[in-house]
Amino acid sequence: MKHTLSVLVENKPGVLTRISALFARRGFNIDSLAVGETEDPRLSRMTIAVDAQDSPLEQVTKQLHKLINVIRITDLDPSASVERELMLAKVRAGADTRAEIMQIVEVFRAKIVDVGKDELVVEVTGTREKVEAMLGLMRPFGIVELARTGRIAMGRGTARL
Amino acid sequence: MNAARTLLEALKHEGVEVVFGYPGGNVIPLYDALYDFDITNILARHEQGAAHAADGYARASGKVGVCIGTSGPGATNLVTGIANAYLDSVPMVAITGQVRSNLIGTDAFQEADIFGITLPVVKHSYLVQRAEDIPSIIHEAFYIASTGRKGPVLVDIPVDLQRVDIDFDPAKAQKIVLPGYKPTVKGHPKQIRTAAHAIAAAERPIIFAGGGVVSADAAEELRELAIYAHIPVTTSLTGIGGFPGDHLLSLGMLGMHGTQYANYAVTNCDLIFGVGVRFDDRVTGKLETFAPDATVIHVDVDPAEISKNVNVDIPIVGDAKKVLAALLVELKKLGLSSERHLPWMEQVASWKEAHPMIVSQDDDGELMPEYVVRKIWEVTNGEAIVCTEVGQNQMWAAQHYLVKHPRRFVTSGGLGTMGFGFPASIGAKLARPDLTVVDIAGDGSFQMTIQELATAVDYGLAVKVCILNNQYLGMVRQWQELFWTRRYSATCVTCQPDFVKLAEAYGAEGYRVTRPDEVEEVLRVALSSDAPAVIDFRVKREANVWPMVPAGGSIDQMMVEGTS
Repeated sequence: MKHTLSVLVENKPGVLTRISALFARRGFNIDSLAVGETEDPRLSRMTIAVDAQDSPLEQVTKQLHKLINVIRITDLDPSASVERELMLAKVRAGADTRAEIMQIVEVFRAKIVDVGKDELVVEVTGTREKVEAMLGLMRPFGIVELARTGRIAMGRGTARL
Repeated sequence: MNAARTLLEALKHEGVEVVFGYPGGNVIPLYDALYDFDITNILARHEQGAAHAADGYARASGKVGVCIGTSGPGATNLVTGIANAYLDSVPMVAITGQVRSNLIGTDAFQEADIFGITLPVVKHSYLVQRAEDIPSIIHEAFYIASTGRKGPVLVDIPVDLQRVDIDFDPAKAQKIVLPGYKPTVKGHPKQIRTAAHAIAAAERPIIFAGGGVVSADAAEELRELAIYAHIPVTTSLTGIGGFPGDHLLSLGMLGMHGTQYANYAVTNCDLIFGVGVRFDDRVTGKLETFAPDATVIHVDVDPAEISKNVNVDIPIVGDAKKVLAALLVELKKLGLSSERHLPWMEQVASWKEAHPMIVSQDDDGELMPEYVVRKIWEVTNGEAIVCTEVGQNQMWAAQHYLVKHPRRFVTSGGLGTMGFGFPASIGAKLARPDLTVVDIAGDGSFQMTIQELATAVDYGLAVKVCILNNQYLGMVRQWQELFWTRRYSATCVTCQPDFVKLAEAYGAEGYRVTRPDEVEEVLRVALSSDAPAVIDFRVKREANVWPMVPAGGSIDQMMVEGTS
């Protein structure tokens, strides 16, 4: 079962280590993790994507709550939240394929952010599924280099985490 | 004022009178400040001893224990002691020196990443980065260590920062900003009412009390509740002393080496009221057959303990003292009659009568370890602080020394640390100089921290080490006898020092007892002197701890003496 945890923490050294160590201890593999400062510079938000059964995850969540630097944890409901990933892909693009790539980029509302003699750098943001789909379409052209962020997410509506 | 001095001022502010530590290159500024400060440093002979002594001090006094080590090996030597305190939720602040700030991360001389090493075994930790933060960090560390579910906090301080001159403003240091730390202490009133009704309706109730009762100073509240509701009480190992062991309602300890009557009662109860416990595997045995028909009420200050091992029907998160007091009020409103579950009380009494804890007799007149423990109990009127090592000695102590008061049974429950009891007894004696302090030891465990004899002699701390000497690593030997066809691999330790001469060499008193008829007199002499003493009780070598539930078995399926 896929879960996306939004964890509000104090912006202090060692916090990321404490959190990732807890997951490792319980044998959980973190699919993706993204950390960034929030609107309050004293706080950071971590978005952690894990694949786990509900009951061991509940135990890990309780253990996370025990960390002094952890302020709040929310298991985001996918139907009531938005989530995004960002991918940069350097794609082989010769004169014969360039137009086709640019067409796909347009359909996906992605962006070309760098143009080289033989490559293009494509930026795409969206859900994991969209990013995966884009990646699948770029693969046949030849991926030279790939970089992806972890997932970030936010609940819909006025409720604040 | 240099930062080292402000650290001591901050400790004093927290009520610290004594610290346990060992100097080294990267705590010289701290020890320099201690030189003429009115906090006593107890110089242990090994940092592990310092950590266990701080732990014993904390358990016996209810205060926060403080230990100090230098960087690198000094700090890593503290780790076992910190882990021990973590598993038993003992309030402790461990202060370590660290290499100079600009050397951190360079594999400098005596550098160890103690912050990283201790991450899984601390409640919280700090690597100090600015000298001016030291006073407030110390205050936070004490607050975190001593509230909620208690535990150890590490403060790692680079040596250069200890020397920086800073302003010390006690009022400013008291301001705590911990947005992520708000322990729940008051139990939810609705849950407490629900629990009260369940208890009133139960036909076969039992109370299972753990270390949390002792830690929360809730023994008095527990006693009142158990007596009012007329419910038998069994305790975990660390719960010993949380309920008077000699009380009519006491069933002693449950679990692997628990009493038969406690294990039968738990297995057959229809309600188990756990308070300050964590349903450890040594207690529950096979989870599927643990209290199978019971409604489970669980009071704990740590929400992560609820339904961790055993599914809980009525959870109450809160401080044991507050919850028990509130629960008693609710129970009184319901007006329980002590007659309401007479058949159950008769059943429990008949188990108690049919399967008492016995002191086995040896046909050849050899000294039996349980007999020694019983005699220690008699001679001290059950009023001593009993520290234990780990293994058979610990179980015999738990079974046969019926502790009457909280904070008088000091044992390494969770981590099971051999070598804990003796240094812990030094800490306990400092906390309670008015009480007799006995370490019930094994010959194996005692040798792990035996160097602390110098500490006991140095500070005139009259702790009494009673070695149940069987020249075996007895508990492992017992398992090898029962489950590994008596292949005594690496457990037969006949080469050992002459403990009497060794004690005398350190300046302590040494005694040896080989016959049952000598036990009482030697104990009376040894316990009445003002000096630390070691008594070498030569007990029957292959005596076993009974009863016993094989690991992972159902707790009502116990092996007793004579089982082959």
